[in-house]
Parts: sequence; structure tokens; C-alpha cells
Amino acid sequence: MTATTMQRSLTTTVAAALLVLSQPALAQAPEAATQDWIRTDRLPLLLVIVLVASAVAAAIALARSGRPVKIRRLAALDAVDEAIGRATEMGRSVLFVPGIQDMTDIQTVAGVTILGRVAKTAAEYDAKLEVPTCRSIVMSAARDAVRAAHFEAGRPETYTDANINYLTDEQFGYVAAVTGSMVRDKPAACFYMGAFYAESLLFAENGNSIGAIQIAGTAEPSQLPFFVAACDYTLIGEEFFAASAYLSGERDQLGSIQGQDLGKLFAAAVIVIGCALATAGIWIPKLAGGADALRKYFGG
Amino acid sequence: MSDSLLARLNNLDRRWIFLAMGLSIAIPILLKLRFPEYPGPMARATFNAVEAVPEGSTVLLSFDYDPASAAELQPMASALVHHCAARKLKIVFMALWPLGKKQADGTIDRVLKEFHPGYQYGTDYVQLGFQSGNEGVIKLMATNVPEQYKTDSSGTALTSLPLVAGVKDLSAFKLVASISAGYPGAKEWVQYGNGAMPEAFSIVGGSTGVQVSQLLPYYPKQMEGMLVAVKGAAEYEMLVEQKYPVAKPEVIGQGRVRMGPQLVAHLLMIALIVLGNLAMIAGRSRGGAR
Amino acid sequence: MLQRTVPIMILCLSGAVMVLAYFITSAVSWSETVNVWFNVLAAVAYVLGAGNLLTVNLEKISSQRPGWGYSAITLAAFFFMLTVGLFKIGAVPDPAHPTVHLAGDYETAASPYGWMYDWVFSPLTSTMFALLAFYVASAAFRAFRAKNIESILLLGTAFIILLAQTAAGMFLTGWIPEGSAFAFLRLDWMKIAITEYIQTAGMRAITIGIALGVAATSLRLILGIDKSYLPKGGGAA
Repeated sequence: MTATTMQRSLTTTVAAALLVLSQPALAQAPEAATQDWIRTDRLPLLLVIVLVASAVAAAIALARSGRPVKIRRLAALDAVDEAIGRATEMGRSVLFVPGIQDMTDIQTVAGVTILGRVAKTAAEYDAKLEVPTCRSIVMSAARDAVRAAHFEAGRPETYTDANINYLTDEQFGYVAAVTGSMVRDKPAACFYMGAFYAESLLFAENGNSIGAIQIAGTAEPSQLPFFVAACDYTLIGEEFFAASAYLSGERDQLGSIQGQDLGKLFAAAVIVIGCALATAGIWIPKLAGGADALRKYFGG
Repeated sequence: MSDSLLARLNNLDRRWIFLAMGLSIAIPILLKLRFPEYPGPMARATFNAVEAVPEGSTVLLSFDYDPASAAELQPMASALVHHCAARKLKIVFMALWPLGKKQADGTIDRVLKEFHPGYQYGTDYVQLGFQSGNEGVIKLMATNVPEQYKTDSSGTALTSLPLVAGVKDLSAFKLVASISAGYPGAKEWVQYGNGAMPEAFSIVGGSTGVQVSQLLPYYPKQMEGMLVAVKGAAEYEMLVEQKYPVAKPEVIGQGRVRMGPQLVAHLLMIALIVLGNLAMIAGRSRGGAR
Repeated sequence: MLQRTVPIMILCLSGAVMVLAYFITSAVSWSETVNVWFNVLAAVAYVLGAGNLLTVNLEKISSQRPGWGYSAITLAAFFFMLTVGLFKIGAVPDPAHPTVHLAGDYETAASPYGWMYDWVFSPLTSTMFALLAFYVASAAFRAFRAKNIESILLLGTAFIILLAQTAAGMFLTGWIPEGSAFAFLRLDWMKIAITEYIQTAGMRAITIGIALGVAATSLRLILGIDKSYLPKGGGAA
């Protein structure tokens, strides 16, 4: 039995035990029947969710029906092949950092998904891919993603667990370890895809000092300026979430990006209407009431 | 600009920049450079929010940072604890970060026990400690504090601590203050604490400079006061010390100590940016001339 | 087939429960249970992670690969903190239970664990964070170049904020009366205007985009459209 099989067996056994142990929680459900069963104060948010979900679903359905899906080019993703090719030519490795949060953070999920795509390209080019992780579960997920990528590339024999390791949960301990290995091993391409905090600039400046091509993506608004300033390419916010779909090329996933844009149009429309009402309300008091109502409905 | 100087600037080893930055921070600290501070509206709002809490009320201080951010956040945390104690408020300490509890313990030792020796554990202040769960902790505390914290950080049941024995939910606190370095922090307190009981208590927050953009939308409606980075801490310290002076001002004055190096370092960064741009312009003009 | 179907089912059900719990009161306990599942998995994963840490570093030491000294330090620190913390070596006795060793406080500064935290871990963490000051300066020198209109605006904003965040702001423009028609030229006022209006507006726009991106990604995962996290083909059993 391989180590991977042991991991999976252990995890499955624990999950099954949890399912059994959670019966008391299910038994608690009937007690809540005496309270209000639905949070009416959150209905406006439910409406927004339904609208956005409907837009995404409709866009996916349209994409499936054969309607062409046009997504603007994302320079950062077009540069992935270039970066990995450069690393292969130079005989140096590729570094992929999937962020410092756990799999509960959607950014880490998106990062690991992109890792799968990057790993497939690295496998095709026969480039060494290193993935140091900050959480144990992320290590397991990353290993699965990279293994699957090697199979998909037709290079299962080149996969090895040795390059995907857990370092530490501690933020700056992780940064110290990764930046130290960057300075020693000098990867030619560095990918930073996930949730980052204060360590973003440490990674980016170190990568710059070793001459690596750097592609970053995060949805942490406070860290975006550091990546934009110090990296060659940056996926900003929603571009990062669209990256996985973009790289897959699948019509369903590209359609969901269009649905996301419909949601943005809706948000923009509400903002414009609200601002117009609030501005006009200065001269026509009745309209100010409309702006207040809109604010209360969507803002709580 | 001569060719050799231009070449040097364009190929400047970053270690010279590191050296300049190191000196720009070290020299003001060694020379004890101090500059006057003028409290801005956010620091005043934070000060007024604490002043508005009636004497004897209970406040909740959440230490949501670790040693990495202590340089930026510890000054405001120390000033806040001193301010609350000087106003004779009962203080409940807690932490959403694992290492936040140690930061709170240190602040209790350095500030509370030092300047307010009359404060008794159990009746005037309690340390609840760290609980995992991030915003889940806040959500549960909003409706049921004893369910979230059955004991304090040293294992004593809450029911045997007079200060917190009768606390049911967050409405028991007149003020909630979160000193936060990231997630979870002040934003989660606003979203899940203030969101659950909008009028029950005031919220003030202290944050690092990079976080301010995420917290500004909540000021001043959901968050009555906000202290941003060392500057905010220095301004708040000034206000607190003016009204409640201490025998050892260096303990509550660390924010102002840090403003000296901050000024010199910022001027250095401006100089570096200007120098870099001059080199770029000179390089372009030479390239155009050729 | 089960290797793909069961994870998709778990994802769909868990995701649906988490969303519904926000609106349906009786589902809140279910979402807490889902959170508990993850917490238990994460606790189990700690063991896997620690095992991996030991394996990698021991292999590096035994094969004497370059940098094996760092691995030795890593393992020494790991075992020291684990032993001292787990067995509460040197813990300060609890006054209520002085004879019960494990009742002692191991986090206090008087114990080895607390001492290591105060004098090793805390300064090291602060040191790593302090590196940012140096890296910001080198990044600013390299990257902040006035190449076009947007970058010129960025530079101007940077200068205003850099000056306003220090005593230089008041020194340069503090003499302008607050109530005068030229009060907007005060650096502290400009800083407030930039952070409260321009920066907040931009940040809100980015946040809305991120929220929609999160929603779309979550929908793709919950509905099973994005299956990139699953093993493909003949994965190891």
C-alpha cells in the first residue's frame, strides 16, 4: 500500500466517522422549527444570489448551445507557456506558491486549480515544478492536482511527490523557507496564485532579485498593489478566478465568466441608479427617499 | 547627468538601498528624533467613542494580531488599554488569532498592572484567550458568549468570574475594539458583530496601513472610530496622554517614537523615486539624442 | 466512477448546506457540522504534514544534500518546541493544583516555551515582517517610473500620502487655515480625500469584482462544472 493510498484510506475513514458522529446535529434540526425558519432580513441578498446564479446558469446554457464565447485575452495567462518554456531552456525549476491559506479559502481552491494547468504545461516541457505549501491539506490537494496533470499530459512516470512539500503553518516561517530556497535554487519562473498577506512583497522582490519571471494572482485587495509593482504579470481580483476557466478552454467554464460579467452589469446598474437618485434628491426630495430605500434594501 | 552616474543609477545594487533604509530608521531612533503630532478626525473619533462609554461599563478588546504586526499595532493597543482603564471601564480581553492572546497578556503586564495596579482579575478585567473558528467565534458570541467561552484562558469557569458571570451575548459590552492585522479582524467584527446587533454596542478598530482600504467603507457608520497604522496610534496616544498622563510616557508613547524614523524613511523613498525617474528621463534623452 | 462521483456529491451537498444555512435558521447547525468536518480533517492533515516535514528533512540530512544544515536546525527546533510544549516541561505550577504537573502554565515567560516565544519566535517573526521596509524601498526605486499619465498620477498620489503620513505634511501645509478656500491644498485634507473617496471607490469596485468571481467559481464547483480538482484517468489507487 503506497503512502498516497494510506492517506486516502485514512481520510475516507475519518470522513465516514464524522458522518456517523454528526447524527446528533441532524437530530437537533427539529428543535429550530419553533423559531422563524427563514431570515427575512437577508432576503435581498438571496435575491442578488438568485440573480447572479441565474446569469451564470444562463450564460453556461448559451455557451453549451453553441453560441461563441469571447473572453478578452489575459496577458498573465498567455505568459504561462512562455515562463515555463524559459525555465526549461535555462535548465532551472518552476516555483508555484498556492498562497498561505487553507482549502477553506476559495482563493486557495482557485490557486490549486491553476496549479493543475501549470503542472500540465510543466510536464509537457519536462520542467521541474516545486510547490511548497503552507497547509497540510493544501499539500494533499496540490499533489492530487499535479499527479492528475502529469497523467493528462501523458507523462505519469515523471510525477514525484518529492517536489510538493508542507513547510509550516506559520506565515513568516513559510516565507523564510520559500525565499531561502528561491535564493539558493534560483527558479526561472515563479507563480504566486492564492491568498497572500504581508509576505507578497517578500516573495515578489526576492523573485525579482534572482531574475525570475513572475506571474501572480490574488483576490486580496491590500496585496494587489505589491504584486502589480513587483511582478511581470498580475491577475487582479476576478481575473484570478476566471483564470482556471480561461485555461481550461471548456465552453461551460468560459460561459460562466460571461455570467459573472452579467452580474457585474447588474451591480453597476444598481450603483448608477442609486447615485443618480441620491444626486437628484438634492433638488427633488422625493427621489432622495428612493435612494434611501435602495440603500436600506441592499445595504441592510 | 554623466554617463557613468546614469549607468550606476540604472544598475544600482539594491543593497545600497537597503543600507540607506537601515540608516534612515536607525539614526532617528538613536538620536531620539520626535516630531509634533496633530490628531486627525479618525483618532479623535476613536478617542471620543471611548470617552462616551459610561464609567463602570464593560468593554471587549479583541487582540487580532501577532508579533509580526506588533511593531505597528502594539502602540495603539497599549494606549487603548490605558484609556479604558483610566476611564474605569471593565475590560474583557480575547483574541481571534492564536498569538493574539500572548500579545494581550503582554499588554496587561506592561500597561494594566503597571499603571492601574488596583485592577483586579475577575472583577475589573478578564482574559478569555484565543478561540479558533475565525468569524464563527464572533457569530456565536453575538448570541451566546458562554457557549463560545466556557472558561477563561486559564481554565476558570466564567460563572465564577463576577465580571463575566452574567454575560449572555455581545450586547453586554458597550464597546468592542478590534486591533487587527488582517483576517480575522476588525472587518469581521463589523460584518458579524455589528451586523448581528447594529445598535447594541459601538465598534472601534485599529489596523495596519495596508488594511485601511478595506475598513474605510465602514467608517464612520458601522465603525465609530478607526486608528490606522503607526500614525493613527501616535495621534491617539497624544490625545490619551494629554487627558490621562502616565508616570512612564515611554510605555504609552511608542507610536510617537516610531514617527521619527517613519518621516526619514518616507523622505528617503521620495528621494529614491525621484532619483529613479531622473535616471529614466536622462536615459531617454540620451537615447533620443543618439 | 466512485472516485469522482463521491467527492462531487460531498462538494455539492456541503456547498448547498453552507449557502442555505445563511438564510434558513434550522440549517445553521448543519453548516456548523460541515465546518467541524473540515476542522477534523485539518487536524488529521497536521499529522500528515508533520510526517512529510520529517521525511523530507531527514532524507536531506541523510543524503547530505546542499543545505542539509538548515534541515537539521528545522528538525531540532521542531522537536524541542513539540517536547517542551506537549509535556509542559518547566511549566509554572498552577497555584490551585501545585502537585499536578500538567495543570501548570507553559506559556508564561518563566517557562522554556514562553521564553522561546518571547525571545526567539517573536523577534524572528518581527524581523521577517521588518524586511518589508527594505523591499518596499527597492521596489519603489525600481518600479515607480513616470512612463505615462496613469503612472504620473500614481506618483503624485504616492508623494501626497508619503508626506501626509508624517510630520512633514503639517510642516509643509499646516499653516493653511482649515476654514479657508485653500484648505483643500493641505496635505492632510488631500490624504483624507484620496483615501476616503478615490481609494475607497476603487477598492469597492475591485471588491465587487472579486465577490462576483468568488460566486462564479463557487457555482462552478458546487454544480460540478469545474472538476479540475478531481483525479483523472488511471490515478494511483
